Amino acid sequence: MSNQPTVEDFLKIREVSLMRIKDAKEAGGQKVVGIYCTFCPQELVLAAGAIPVGLCGTKEEPIAKAEEHLPRNLCPLIKSSYGFAVSDTCPFFHFSDVVIGETTCDGKKKMFELLQEIKPVYVMQLPHLNKTQASMNLWIDELRNLRSFLEEHLEAEITDDAIWEAIDIVNRETAAAKAICDLNQMDPPPLSGLDLLTVTWSRGFSSNKEEVINMLNELHSKYATENQDASPSKPRVLLTGCPVGLGTEKVIRIVSEVGGNVVAMENCSGYKTLELQTSKEFDDPIVALAHKYISIPCSCMSPNPYRMELLERMIADFKVDAVIDLTWQACHTYNVEAYEVSKLVKSKGLPHLHLESDYSNSDLESIKVRIEALLEMVNQ
Amino acid sequence: MISIGLDIGSVAAKGVLLQEGQQHLMMIPTGWSPRDAGEQLIDCLLQSAGYSDHAVHNITVTGYGRVAINNAARTVTEIKCHARGVAALYPQVRTIIDIGGQDSKVIQIDSQGRVVDFVMNDKCAAGTGRFLQVMANALGLDVSELSDGENPEQAVDINSMCTVFAESEIIGLLAQGVDKGGIIAGLHRSVGKKVAAMAKRLGIVGEVAFTGGVAMNQGIKRALEQELGCTVLVPEMCQYTGALGAALIGSES
Repeated sequence: MSNQPTVEDFLKIREVSLMRIKDAKEAGGQKVVGIYCTFCPQELVLAAGAIPVGLCGTKEEPIAKAEEHLPRNLCPLIKSSYGFAVSDTCPFFHFSDVVIGETTCDGKKKMFELLQEIKPVYVMQLPHLNKTQASMNLWIDELRNLRSFLEEHLEAEITDDAIWEAIDIVNRETAAAKAICDLNQMDPPPLSGLDLLTVTWSRGFSSNKEEVINMLNELHSKYATENQDASPSKPRVLLTGCPVGLGTEKVIRIVSEVGGNVVAMENCSGYKTLELQTSKEFDDPIVALAHKYISIPCSCMSPNPYRMELLERMIADFKVDAVIDLTWQACHTYNVEAYEVSKLVKSKGLPHLHLESDYSNSDLESIKVRIEALLEMVNQ
Repeated sequence: MISIGLDIGSVAAKGVLLQEGQQHLMMIPTGWSPRDAGEQLIDCLLQSAGYSDHAVHNITVTGYGRVAINNAARTVTEIKCHARGVAALYPQVRTIIDIGGQDSKVIQIDSQGRVVDFVMNDKCAAGTGRFLQVMANALGLDVSELSDGENPEQAVDINSMCTVFAESEIIGLLAQGVDKGGIIAGLHRSVGKKVAAMAKRLGIVGEVAFTGGVAMNQGIKRALEQELGCTVLVPEMCQYTGALGAALIGSES
């Protein structure tokens, strides 16, 4: 890739990674671990000398296939993930030696049981309370079990030193991604909503951490030094809620179509995890990892005060004009938290819109009129 | 200067022409082509105001068909237009309930008529004009006959929210010989409950206005009042508030 990476280069990450993974697997020896969620400690995968890759789950196409086994009234993310896997249309799943799942919701937990018929799946039992010693102990135990599972299935030894090394890499990647997102605190934002999504989402498919860290750093310095055009500022929208990826970016697209800009995203591939660095103050790297991962403000945690703190800070830092909270159909935890989010946003005197949708395009017009009305509220 | 506001809805296309304090109203069925309906409305409105010159245009369009109109000066969402229209008719109102052919919405406005918050029904016909139309068909009535046809004393519970299931439920009730007026009262209550729940989610502030074609149905108005525990104001031109708001926004731009 060129010295001056562009957003388009990030779009190519998936393809490039796939070719490399295919070659490395055919040459023999290279292990690949498929992951679905930001709760998965990639550091353990890296420390085993394997490649952690994000698996597909953000497109509508395989949902019909998934519904042959799964109920229709289930979140589209779960159906899409499962559909890709059973129809063997996600190449990353295809090349994965093992898959790591986690109990972030009931639907996923049970879906992973079905997935085990296709690939070895380790389902991490994630406690939903992060303040007690008992839940921390359970989580540390789960990380240790995952370590053993990976050692066994990947036929590799995972040393503490290797984990510390991986912790350093992932910390640097997180910091680099955060720096990119923070660029959008400027007005006008250097990255469009779609650019932001492309960069933050695509990095999860990279097969080479050092390379993607370099790309992020170089993209950052390019935008930080580039002269900004003085185009009139558009309404600045913060998107929060369920995970969004390419294929399900309809809300981001519509915001820009009707004259706004998604300047920040508090969701899984976005800002949700970017403040979290693994502390090197612990003696045991597993304990260090446990502390970081259990802090992720996913709606599956109960209570989940950090999400509201993060949102409050982002509203201020990104000088947000309006907030859109997107819930994928049947995601109960985000749907319930939407009430708390709306109270927070309204207390800031900002317009707020809660959308409940799925991966299909059937509601584009009705979403559009809502988002248009939201931006009219900003402009009035 | 004249300002024309069009509200191209799923069932009816409404138009308001404002000209130095005078107001001309016109409504036609939208039919299959929102563009043709819009063009026709503009012609009729100009004619009724005594204009033949098509160059005199300040046209603001709202409603689901808003993007289909070629010579619109601007398009505005129906949320903002209803807010503006109702604010002109009832300055004291802070909550607007609008039930149209394919959606229902609740809008909260401030003393300036600005939108503070809003909520719309999900992708489902429950609580819309469409729901009532299907039910009227099942009862062998025109939708306009529902209002006078209800018998609140004999009201039955209609449990299905889904339009298709509710239709089956009604056919079942008719087969059991249940009073038609009681079924109609039950339907009104069902729509009232559904929409009132949406309004309560937003919070009822100040006085409440009820607009849209469904607002002509006295039974729904009563059901809403019962559910909300307050009086609901229905403007005489309840179907035109969106178009009026559009025309007003146009005249202010």
